[in-house]
Amino acid sequence: MDSALIPEGVKRCSLWKFLLALALVGAVMLWGVYAMLLCWIKGLNQTNMNDYYGFALWIWADLAVIALGGGAFFTGLLKYVFGKDQLKYIINYAVLIGFICYSSAQLILGIDVGQPLRGWFIFWHANVHSMLTEVAFCLTCYFIVLTIEYIPLALDNRQIQKVPFFANLTHNMHSAMAVFAATGAFLSFFHQGSLGGVSGVLFGRPFSFREHILIWPYTFFLFTWSAAAFGPSFTLFVTWLTEKITRKKLVKDEVIHMVAKISGWMIFTYIIAKSIDTLYWMFATAPSQGLQWSFFYQNNPLYGKWILFTEIIICGFLPGLLLIFKATRENPTTRVAALVLGIVGVCLNRWVMVLQTLAAPVMPFDSWVMYIPSWQEVATTILPITYGIILIMISHRYLPIFPQERELNPIDTPDAPEAAELPEPAPAVVAEGQSA
Amino acid sequence: MLPFLFEWVWDMGHYVFHGALWVVLSIIGMGMTFCIIKSVVDTMQGKHGHDEHH
Repeated sequence: MDSALIPEGVKRCSLWKFLLALALVGAVMLWGVYAMLLCWIKGLNQTNMNDYYGFALWIWADLAVIALGGGAFFTGLLKYVFGKDQLKYIINYAVLIGFICYSSAQLILGIDVGQPLRGWFIFWHANVHSMLTEVAFCLTCYFIVLTIEYIPLALDNRQIQKVPFFANLTHNMHSAMAVFAATGAFLSFFHQGSLGGVSGVLFGRPFSFREHILIWPYTFFLFTWSAAAFGPSFTLFVTWLTEKITRKKLVKDEVIHMVAKISGWMIFTYIIAKSIDTLYWMFATAPSQGLQWSFFYQNNPLYGKWILFTEIIICGFLPGLLLIFKATRENPTTRVAALVLGIVGVCLNRWVMVLQTLAAPVMPFDSWVMYIPSWQEVATTILPITYGIILIMISHRYLPIFPQERELNPIDTPDAPEAAELPEPAPAVVAEGQSA
Repeated sequence: MLPFLFEWVWDMGHYVFHGALWVVLSIIGMGMTFCIIKSVVDTMQGKHGHDEHH
């Protein structure tokens, strides 16, 4: 029924199967919407946040999706600034994942602020001494950039392309995309960094306070570095997941291997820098404030030294090395294991730098308070995941996201040779003259 | 956000923060304006970006 909307030369499941899957994910999404409405109508008393967990599940999810969405800016940077042209085969998906991650982050913030109608205050009455103001500015601008990067991809639907204005707009936006991608990389550097900077400048929180380079604490650079390192891993993981669900090869192995290698080296170098930073904090920064680093991992049932070991060794060095060595990188099992470990690692890092930072007692009368999110918090955190799945489903069905899909999956019908000979659809972020 | 607001101060913080914000917004705005105007002109000239593109 919707075959006229499906890209030429590719095969999709039947409409009823697609709608059934949409309905299943949509049902979970409605649960999240219900919880969101509860939070908006009844207020933040629907959450289990308290004085020790003013930043809780939502802010962790926010920082985690922003780090995981870093694949979009870093892939764009590599393609346009460093000339890695092969990335054009995966950059559409990186942009889509980035768009989902950043729109999800804004949705979560819209729930978390409690008074979403006053969200514009941070722009209008900006506090220029706040790292979070920088985050708000860059996050919003970068989301606009991601939307601009997604628009030509959406306009690439074959029915929309029949309208001359939209066809011209798609072409012209492709041509100007390098400017937008470079702007996006600039914005990402600052907002990823400032999210880390928020923890690093808290001199009243010795668990996260770090030394500075000019006005930027080390955490500023580590956050940007980790987003550039683990973001591409997340793009690869979602690509792998999509291939498994659709039972199709969507991107050629050489492209996957190249992105995995870049991600591996970025993770390995990042985790060395993170280790140096941690050792300096252990033996210089914390003692200078009259504290022993082990103090922060005692007297509570959850936040032990295992977190540090897991983050740095199991979810840092291990995935980095697995992606660097050719044998493990090119083995699908070890590669996917490395991607999963990396994703867990960066999510764990954001949890530690946000929740553990604020929960660690700093006064003699303070105690370690534990936190279990309410179902409303959980449901509203799952909400953007369902939204992301739905957007991926619709985009994959109706848009030419994977330029190599036709070549890798020729349709086995009498028309197959004709379909296979069709030119590749151009990636959304391809400069003029470089399109297929 | 704007110089005529009561809380605006002409200091380094405002130059850097708001300067960068307005530069970025200008680049995005000019980029999109260019694309839209060029697309209107191309359409009026009978061009079809789809054909050139694929």
